[in-house]
Parts: sequence; structure tokens; C-alpha cells
Amino acid sequence: MPEIRSPLPGSFYRRPAPGQPPFKEVGDKVEPGDVIGLVEVMKSFNEIRADVAGTILSFAVEDEEPVMAGAVLVELEG
Amino acid sequence: MTIRRLFVANRGEIAVRIIRAAKSLGIETVQAYSEADRDMLAVKLADEAVSVGRPAARHSYLDAAGLVAAARKTGCDAVHPGYGFLAENAEFADMVESFGMVFVGPKADTIRRMGDKAAAREAAIAAGVPVVPGSKGRVADVDAALAAAETIGYPVMIKAAAGGGGRGIRIAETPDDLRRLAPQAQSEAQAAFRDGGLYLERVIENARHIEVQILGDGSRAIHCFERECSLQRRRQKVWEEAPAACLDEATRQRLCASAVALTESVGYRGAGTLEYLYDEPSGAFFFIEMNTRIQVEHPVTEMITGIDLVAAMIRIAGGEPLPVTQDQVTRTGHAIEVRINAEDPAAGFLPCPGTVEYLSVPTDPAIRFDGMIYEGYTVPPFYDSLLGKLIVHGATRGEAIDRMAAALEGFTLTGLKTTVPLHKALAADPQVRAGKAHTRFLEGWLAGNPAFNPPKAAQ
Repeated sequence: MPEIRSPLPGSFYRRPAPGQPPFKEVGDKVEPGDVIGLVEVMKSFNEIRADVAGTILSFAVEDEEPVMAGAVLVELEG
Repeated sequence: MTIRRLFVANRGEIAVRIIRAAKSLGIETVQAYSEADRDMLAVKLADEAVSVGRPAARHSYLDAAGLVAAARKTGCDAVHPGYGFLAENAEFADMVESFGMVFVGPKADTIRRMGDKAAAREAAIAAGVPVVPGSKGRVADVDAALAAAETIGYPVMIKAAAGGGGRGIRIAETPDDLRRLAPQAQSEAQAAFRDGGLYLERVIENARHIEVQILGDGSRAIHCFERECSLQRRRQKVWEEAPAACLDEATRQRLCASAVALTESVGYRGAGTLEYLYDEPSGAFFFIEMNTRIQVEHPVTEMITGIDLVAAMIRIAGGEPLPVTQDQVTRTGHAIEVRINAEDPAAGFLPCPGTVEYLSVPTDPAIRFDGMIYEGYTVPPFYDSLLGKLIVHGATRGEAIDRMAAALEGFTLTGLKTTVPLHKALAADPQVRAGKAHTRFLEGWLAGNPAFNPPKAAQ
């Protein structure tokens, strides 16, 4: 199953800012380069981009939850 | 009242610093920690420690109600906010005092007044302290900003009234720029501070950043001389020193006297800092803002004056008058502090949380390390990247720089990337050694230095 992993440890955010809609929802199609979320590490925000195409099956990490480097963020259907 | 049990509502190196100061005064400490900070040094050093929530700061160190509840539950009679987080949050100060505990800092009304940068400017003007030419208070809208800018003269800096940390700032060279950038600054200010208020200041080109350390007891105030913090990256300080080598003695006296006048005029209680821009060619200085808390770089002042600022602020909060009079505050030699951050300066300052494998800090009476790290400690990714501060003292500025270079050579930390290579390069730089750095120096220096400016593909 294709996956998108976090290259960094930190906090995962599904929205560009509080109160705004998520970058992507379950069922959305993604293309390589699409932003699927942000990981905040030490107060610096890093865009997480898809490296494969597919349809989002599920988010493995809840909004605002901690992630480890290498952790799966999104599971895709290719 | 005398403080018996102090709640430390912060983390990292400043929490360690507060605990050490409290111990020196015979005060018990209770350390707040988030679930990501269970292993931090301050938890080990405090008499007691209490979990205040999840790793994300807004669920722990920014949760005012949760912190106050934890302080009450653990029987504390005072709360030290450190810096950052809730240190300059007037509602938090009010909440602490509403439960009969002492807030180690100024009164909430003072925080509120000086935290509004436009109101702080007005207070400075009223106290006869020079300010950067700018708008009279907040500007109501873009038209008012354009009218104000005509009087001030371009370029102007558009600043958030509730600002801090370099956010909500834009520079406009022309009226067209101002029309375009003011709404952006307003949105950024609204998002960051929930207050879209703006004011304008003239841009002082190549200014130096000088700040005066003060202590007040609510009626009287003293200064503990100034610091120079011109070496900054993205408006974050990187290297700080005291005294400011660019000031002559007469200017220093006028600068410090102006800081005392403003501090006394607002009835300030505790430790605070007044920030100024200094225009070296004209010798003019301008007040820009006041920080109503202890600052990261307070140790350089402690090294040249011998005053324990954190202990002093706790004693003042406990009801004591100022521990010293102005004529007892003297300075000796020169001190420099560098911030050791978990960042890779060779990769665009990419944050590098991880585990400290080996740590060795040189021991010498002229070297001080205020840190939060120990071997085996895993630096969490949820907070800022400051690991500690290396501070040195020398008889002269040149001697202090030599000692800093030697201290950095003797400082070994493995397991993480740090900003030590940057500080080594700065200590060896002829311009830095000559004291030529202004507030825009470092970013230009980094851009022209291949070691810190790798090709984009390498980042």
C-alpha cells in the first residue's frame, strides 16, 4: 500500500492554520508534490508533500498529534 | 510576604536557572512538565514535579488555568513564568494573583500597558524617552497609515501593536508598498496575536540593537547597564554581549538614565528590559519596546555586574525592596553569550532534535554554561531549539572573544547538530572582532559565507 511518511519528528497538522479547512480529506486524490499537512519541529513548520499519486484511504496520525521521523502519516490507494 | 514554595511554569534552561536561584534563597520549587518533558533536567532538580498536560504547548505550558490549578494543588505561594509561553500574559498574571499567589514579574496592568507596543511608545514619550519617529499610537486604517508615513518619511516599518518575535513586521519603501503591505501585516498580526492593530516607525538603517536591563520594586528602579544584541538572524538573537562597545560613556549614562525614568514612571516591579535602536553615525538612540520579563541573555549582565537577576526578581516579588542602590551597581570587564541551539547551521538552520550522546563543557571561573541537557537526554521536537547558553567573561572585549573561541573549542556535544560551528566562525570573524556588526550584518554575512549558505539542492 502506498504511504506518505514524515521525514521529521514533531507535531502533525492537517490544516494550514487553526480554523481553516484541512489540506486533504479521506477520499481526496493526491498527486506527487501536493501538500498533505505540516510537521512542526522546534517552532519551524515544514510542508509535507506527497511523493506518490493515489487516493487517501486514511490518516494514520490525528491532527495536532506527535509523530516520529519515518512514521506513516497517510495511507493511499494507488 | 516571603515566598516559601515557587511553581516554575516553564521548561528548559530557564526552568533550571529559576530552580537554582530559588535554592540559593532557601525556597522550595515545584516544576511543571508536559508529558514530553518528563526527563528534563529541571524535573530532576526541583523538590517536586507535576505533569501539566500533553506535549503541545497549548495543552501544557500555555494552559493558564491548568498551570494555576497545578500550582495551587502543590501548595505553591508564587509562580515564576520564565520567558516565552505565558511570561508576558496579563490574564495569566491576574489569574495567579486572584488565587492569592505571587506572580514573579510586574503587575498585570503593567504587562498589559507595555505589551501594547503603541501604548509603550506613548509611555516612553510621556517619560521623555526618545522614540523612533513614527505614528501617534495605532493607525486606524490604510489611509491613516499613508498620512502618517508622509510625516514620518519613507522607508517605514509597519509593526503589529501586540507584536513580538519579529512577526507582523513589513517594510514599505513607497506609498504603493504601504498600501499593499499594511493589510498583510494586519492579517499576520491578527493571526499571531488576535489583534490586528498596527503602528508605523521610520526605518533606522543599519542600527545597533542595544537594551538596558532594569530592576524595579514598584516605586524605585535601577539599571544594570546595557547589552548589545545586534547579531540576529530572522530577528532572533544569536550572540549577545555587555557592555555595548559602540557606546561612549556619556551616551551610556543618558541611555541607562532614560530606561530608569521610563521604568519608574510606570511603577515597574521585577526584572525587565528596555530595547533601543542606536544609530551609530548620529549617536542617537530610540526606545522601541519593553520586555516585562527576564530575558534569555540576562547572564551577560550578571557576569559584568555580579548581580543575580533571577534571585533579585524573586526577592522583589516576595515584597523586598530593591536589593542594591544605583551607586552599588558597578561593571567589570566584558561578557559574551552565545545561544547553542539544536539546529544545523550548514543546512539552513534545520532543527535537529535527538539524543545527547556525549557532553563536555569546559570548567573555568570565567566560563558559565546555562543548559538543560545531559548525556542520554533526548531533546523533544515540540519546543524551541535552545539547548543552552555559553557565557564567558574577560577583562576586555578582545579577551572575552578569545575566551569564547577557546570555550567553544572545549565544548563537545555529540548526537545532535548544534549552532557551535556558527559561533566559532563568528568569534574568528574580523568584522565581529572589530565590533562592526549592526542588526542586518548577520544575514548578509551568512548569505556570503559558503559554509552556511549551501546550494539549495543540499538543504
